[in-house]
Order: sequence, then structure tokens, then C-alpha cells
Amino acid sequence: MFARLPPEAGDAVTLSIDGKACTARTNDTVAAALLASGLDHCRTTGVSGAPRAPYCMMGVCFDCLVTIDGIGNRQACLVPVREGMRVEVQRGKRELGR
Amino acid sequence: MSAGLAASYDVAVIGAGPAGLAAATTCANAGCATVLFDEGAMPGGQIYRSIEDTPLRERSVLGESYWRGRTLVESFRASGARYIAGATVWSLTRDREIGVSFDGGSALTYAKRVILCTGALERPFPIPGWTLPGVMTVGAAQTLLKSSGLVASGKTTLAGCGPLLWLLAAQYLRAHAKLEAILDTTARENRAHALPHALPFLFSSYVADGIALMREVKRQVRVISGVTSLRALGDRKVSAVAYRTGGEEKTLEVDNLFLHQGLIPNVNLAMAAGIAHRWDEAQLCWVPELDRDGNSNLEGVAIAGDGAGIAGGEAARWRGVLAGVAAVRAIGGNVASGDEQRARKELARTLRGRGFLDALYRPARNFRIPEGDTIVCRCEEVTAHEISATVALGCPGPNQMKAFLRCGMGPCQGRLCGVTVTELIAAARGVSPREIGYYRLRPPVKPITVAELAALPKSEAAIKAVTRS
Amino acid sequence: MPDTRRDFDIAVIGGGLVGSAIAWGLARCGKRVGVLDEGDVALRASRGNFALVWVQSKGLGLPPYSAWTMRSANAWREFADALEQQTGISVAFERPGGFNLSLSEREWEARRDLLQRIQDQPGMQRFPFEMFDRERVKQAIPQIGPEVVGASYSRFDGHCNSLRLFRALNVGMQQLGATYLAEHRVEDIEHTGGEFRLTTRSGEVRAAKVVLAAGIDSVRLAPMVGLNVPVRPQRGQLIVTERTAPFLHYPMQTVRQTDEGTIMIGDSQEEVGADPSSTRDVTAVLANRAIRIFPQLATLNIVRSWGCLRVMTKDGFPIYEQSTTCPGAFNASCHSGVTLAAAHALFLAPQIAEGQLSPQDFAPFSARRFDVRALAA
Repeated sequence: MFARLPPEAGDAVTLSIDGKACTARTNDTVAAALLASGLDHCRTTGVSGAPRAPYCMMGVCFDCLVTIDGIGNRQACLVPVREGMRVEVQRGKRELGR
Repeated sequence: MSAGLAASYDVAVIGAGPAGLAAATTCANAGCATVLFDEGAMPGGQIYRSIEDTPLRERSVLGESYWRGRTLVESFRASGARYIAGATVWSLTRDREIGVSFDGGSALTYAKRVILCTGALERPFPIPGWTLPGVMTVGAAQTLLKSSGLVASGKTTLAGCGPLLWLLAAQYLRAHAKLEAILDTTARENRAHALPHALPFLFSSYVADGIALMREVKRQVRVISGVTSLRALGDRKVSAVAYRTGGEEKTLEVDNLFLHQGLIPNVNLAMAAGIAHRWDEAQLCWVPELDRDGNSNLEGVAIAGDGAGIAGGEAARWRGVLAGVAAVRAIGGNVASGDEQRARKELARTLRGRGFLDALYRPARNFRIPEGDTIVCRCEEVTAHEISATVALGCPGPNQMKAFLRCGMGPCQGRLCGVTVTELIAAARGVSPREIGYYRLRPPVKPITVAELAALPKSEAAIKAVTRS
Repeated sequence: MPDTRRDFDIAVIGGGLVGSAIAWGLARCGKRVGVLDEGDVALRASRGNFALVWVQSKGLGLPPYSAWTMRSANAWREFADALEQQTGISVAFERPGGFNLSLSEREWEARRDLLQRIQDQPGMQRFPFEMFDRERVKQAIPQIGPEVVGASYSRFDGHCNSLRLFRALNVGMQQLGATYLAEHRVEDIEHTGGEFRLTTRSGEVRAAKVVLAAGIDSVRLAPMVGLNVPVRPQRGQLIVTERTAPFLHYPMQTVRQTDEGTIMIGDSQEEVGADPSSTRDVTAVLANRAIRIFPQLATLNIVRSWGCLRVMTKDGFPIYEQSTTCPGAFNASCHSGVTLAAAHALFLAPQIAEGQLSPQDFAPFSARRFDVRALAA
């Protein structure tokens, strides 16, 4: 669980996580937005189905993989949030065409 | 897609931390056509992440060691070097052809000189349960703080050893965030080994910063020293951490557990390019073999910053300058000799005391070499026991281990398991990590799409080799 | 050199797929086997396999090779079951039939002509193949791209999980008492007093028989035991994607999906000496061809590349040989270590155990065929 430090700086950005609307801040990465929203895990692995969440926040662990705007296995910590972005938990393996 | 990417540059710098910024600034100021590729959205690397737009304007929270990076970024912005953000370099050949992915596509460019400043990453900390959601690195916590003003708000515990642990703790406290405890895994026997290095340390810049920081933290947070074992517990996310200080195991409830036991160079691009590395027993990691200007065994390719060996942000900057100076001169440009002299002097100053820190914070063996069901390869979910059992079958090293267990075959390409696997196999076989070696790495060192690769130029010979007609 | 000495009935030089399959087969025959392997970093042709148990398009120029291949493919189920029963490791062998896709009419016709020519060879044990039009292929593989005009199909083709195969053979042979010795590169072989003395940097090994299964290194070792193994390295490159939900169940040359979900994309044939590097150039061609076959692969991530060196003879066929001047020395070289694993384990190994390769099975694969050609040239 994470909380924003006051004062609020930067503009609010609205995105959806698994269909639910959530507010982030400009310059957030998708990973930061997910953690701020209180999401427990951002993916389940394609090996065992175990839940994972961001670990390194710098693009080397590949645990923050999510589906963004219909494209799977994006590293959430390397993608800045954008208004209207659709983020989905990455459930298992990538799908063809998604 | 490759809008504005020239076919070639005088100097290509990879990485926008202190080393990359200093190197690119030095080269651009000397008149070289310079490009800097940054995987991030804004310059600063990890240590100075979000320094141009952090929401934490009050300087005291992040501290002066962070804010001094501001001048580096400003100098870089003023230098005229071409800056390409959101650019992941996935390949570097001996001939200095660079494969880079940005704006949704891949492009190629050449440079007469390449300076790799891809920095470091956190040493893996393979404790039971380290893959549970809610367990993160201290660096991750810092990034969330710097970039997004986010602090862990439930029960938060830090565990591990090293200066970064104390720095994060201090930053959290100054931000009025609560910390349940710090589980300090600094091995007691390290003090004796660190003592011979104490004198240079006492005269180094680390003393003032470091000791004050620790005092500040210890006043306000419960610190449990001499922790000899750790387990992250929980079902689908972390809910507690169990630890020992020699006696019985105790537990602390946690919502977030931040781990840190030092940094290691991020070797993937360097190794895939063919740069020779050696095992450093003092820092327990692979470091490139470089001359005093950072030049590697590859003609025209140098490494600066923590990727050359862990030495901190200040040293990275000066190594960046030196590599930049060498690059400029190699191309036939001019740099004032005073600049080089100053950089060497400053570098020597910042290196003073590293020996002490390396010795004092040398991670304990059981935190580097796990046992049983502890996951070693996070990507492929391979456990310590599986690796040990495969060594018992006769598997001699990490590359054969890949074939047996898929260990190291995931997208992180061994960044989070490599040193663990090397040390685990070394321990199981009773030989040194140097003898065991490391994964053979090849491009792409970061994933790129099939389409990106497919769109790159192809020679007749290559086409013929595939279609055979 | 350490003062250690080991004795075996049979020493197998080479711990790749060929050596391991033979060693497992020998151990099953009750022989005391030692497998001598190099260290962690070695050429290891096995690493470049495509995990195919492949029959179609083999044997142009040597019908016995087609027969040997088919014999192996037909025995593969029994082989996989035996391995699983013994070790508990399933190697995921499936034989749904395999496709070779054509991206133009010209390719399709050339493929048909090739397969027909193979079947029409004198002495060929014929087996059917089918040429499918696009519609037929699409029924089996809906995701094919618009450029795919058709395919050749053979119901005799299959695939497996080759990493688990390698592990099963290793575990299996050791369970049967074989000894695996890494870091035992053979420097010299002496045939004296009716036995073979192998000098390695980790000690001496003695055995009544020796099997060369050392890939490219067999070139160096062969003369030591009165054999000739003219093989050369031929590079093949591969790229591999992230794990993807299953969509391709049929084995195919050049693109196949593993049971883990990763998609393997190959392959090249390059004469570059002993250089196993991946190149941007060739991998770009591989990626491009993969998208032409399956457009939806375009957005998938490539997580690694491989470059590997096949063990290649002048005519592309194996060399199975036993030495006349040094009785008890054998050689096994091929570039289809997965397909032939069953035959190596179930048919070749027992003959080596007996000390005699049957001329009927193996005369066509003798290296003397190269001398004949040289004479005829």
C-alpha cells in the first residue's frame, strides 16, 4: 500500500485498471500508478500462475508486466501513464495478437 | 520511427545517469557529434531519477546527495548533445553498430566511440518469499518516492545492508513516513575485515554523510542488528517477515518489505558486445576489464560509471568525464589537460573509502547463496534445490544449467539470477566463481518485437543463408 | 595432471544429445559407461536443436538415411515412454504430423518436386506425403498469413521438449550407473593392450571401448583411433519469443511453438567456421520470414537469440563407423540429434555394446563413402 506525499503536484491522469477507473499523476509510470491504486499484483506468471508485482522499478526484473491498450507483456515501470490508458493485469502467457 | 537519428555519430553514450551525463557533456562541449540514449523518460539514471520533475520540491526530503545531480543534468542540457529518451539499446557489435528501440520501432546507428554507462542494478536478494507481491528493492522504493512522491503507507520494514538502506530510511523519515523496523544484515565479522580499510574511509566524503545519516535514522527507527536469516511470508502477497539474530525466529507483520544488499554492474550489454569481464572477489560481482580511461578490449568502446565497478554517483561522474576525454582525443578533438587532471583527482578522492564500504557491507554468504525451495531464477521459477541437484548430476556451470533447467532463459537474461547461480554452482562444486563463469549473453539484451527486428536492413548474404535459394 | 584414473567398459566422448542417447542405451544394456564432456563453455551443437522428430524431406541422395530416420521416428514413442517410466521426466513427445509451409507457388512446386524425387529414389522405403493447398493448411493452422500458398505435410513428423529430453537422458543414464564427467576434454587417445587410454586434463580414463560423439571435435579425435570423421561446423541461428498462449500444435520447420509456450524461429545455414555468434543481419531475416508465415507474431517480444554450429558432413548425412585398426572404437556424428535419439539409444547403442555394427544398418554411413567420391571425381 502506498500513499501520495502532499502537496499534490502535477496534473491528474485518469486510466482504467481491469476496467476500473483510477487516478494517477502525470510523470507516473504505469507501475507507480498501479501501486498507488492499491493493486495487489499486476500479473500472474506464465510458468506457475504465481502472482507478481513490481520489484525493481527500473526495467530489469520483468515482474511488472501488464497489458496496456491491448498489448501484453509491457514493462509497466518503463511506460509513462497517459489519459485514457487501459491497463489490464497480465494473466499468464502473452496471447497472439494481444 | 527513426526521426532524427543520424546514420552515425562521433560518440554514442548509453545511459543517462551521472556517468553518461558527464561523458556526453564532455564530448559535446568539445565539439563531437554526440548522442545519448536514455531508456528513461528524463535524464538522471537511477540515482538522480526524476531530478527535473520530481514532485518532492522540498530539498531536505531527498537530501543534498540527490540534488547535487541537478548541475550535471543542466550542463548536459546545455551541451548540445542529442538526447533520445525512451530509447532502449538492445545490441552493440564489435564494429560499434548500435541497435536501439524507441518510438515503437528499432533503428541502427554507428559511432566512432561508444561509452557504455548502463550502470548498476541491485544485487539479487534471494530469500524465501522474495517473489511475493509487496517485496521490492530499496531502489524501487526510492524511485517511487522520487518520481511519484509515493511512500509505502502500511507496515513497512527495510532489510539488508549498505548505505542505500540508510539513505532511504532517512528520506522516508524526512517525508514523515513510518518505518516499522530496519533488519540490518551487516555481518558482524565484517567489522574486523573492514578495519584495515578504515583510515582512508575516515578521510573520505562518506564519513560525514554516512555516519550522520545512520544516527538520524537510528534515533527514530527500531534497528535490529546482526540479522542472520530472513523469510518473507504470505499467501499471495507479503504479510510478514521472519528473521533471526542468532536465537529463535521472530516475525514482524509487514505490508511492504524493501530489500537491499548492495549493487552490482548491469553487465548485459557489455558482455553481449564481447567485452571481457573478470570476477571481483571484493565486490562479489563481474566487472569489466578496463584501462584507466575506461577503455575495454573492444576497439572504441569504453565503460564508465557503476558499470565499470560499483563506486557511487560521484565516482561515476568523474569516470564519465575521463571516458569522454579519452573519446574526444581518440577522435582528434581537444580537451584541456586541466579537465582530465581534475577528473583524476576527484575520482581518486571519491574512491577513497570504497574499500571500507565494500568490506563492511559484504553481503553474508547465506544471503547470496540460498537453499531449498527459495527461488533463484524468478523468470523461470527455478529453485536453489533444483540447481544444486543438477550440479550433483555433473552440470558444471551456468550455461549448461540453462539447458538442464531453463534457468536464466527468461526475459531478464540473468540480471536477477546470474550472480546467484554463479556463486551457487561455485559453492556446490567447491571452486571459485571465477572458474564457474557466467551466462553467455547475446543480443537482444532487452526484448524487442519480432516486427522491429524484421524491419531492419538485411543483406543478400543473410537472405540467402535463410532461404537457401 | 591429477593422479586419478577411471575404468569403464565403454567411454563415450561427448555429452550432447548424441552422446547421452548412446550412453543411456549402453547403460540399459548393462554396460559400465563413462561420459566424458567438456566444461560449461563449449561448442555444443545440441544447444541449437529445433526439437523436431522430423522425417519428411530427409534422404535425398541416400535412401538408407530416410529409412534410419523413419525407424527412429517410429521408435520414438517407445523411447519417450521408457525414459519417463525410468526417470519420471516426460519429454512431451507428440507426433501430430508436420508442415513445411510455402510462401509462393514456386516454393510449393519446388517442395513437391523435392519430396517426390526423394520417394522415387531406387531402394527407397516409400512413405506418403501430402501437398496441401492453402485452404487445407488453414483448417489445421488458422493463423497462417496471406502469403502462405500451401504446405507439404507428413503424418510421420513430431516434436518434443528437447531440454527435458537432455535432462531425462542425463538423469536416466546416471540412474543406470553411467558416470558423467564434465571438464574431461579428451586430449589424447592411446590404443594399447586391448584397451583405450584417454588422457584428459582431469585425469586418465581407460575403457575397453570408446565412442566418439564429440561433434566437431571428432575431427581431431578420429585419427587417434584409426577413424576419419570429415565434419565441419555450419552455423544456424534462432530467435525465441516470450511464452505465448498455445496456438501452433504442429511441428514445423522454421517456426514452432514449444510446450512451454515460447515460439522458436529459425534457421540459417552459414559457413563461418567455428563462430556461434548471433548476427543482427540474419536474425532480421528470420524475424521477417516468421511474420510472413504468421502475421500475428509481429507484436510478440523476442527474448533471446541463439547461434549454434551443426555437425555437418559434405553430403549432410551421418557418419557411423567402427575402426578396423583399433577394434572397439566407434564414431557417431550427425546433425539430427533429436530425431535420431531413439535410434541411437535403441538400435545403435546395443550394437556398440556387442562390439559390432551391422553392415546392413551402417555401411551406407561409413566415412569411406567420401573416399569413393573423391576417387570418382
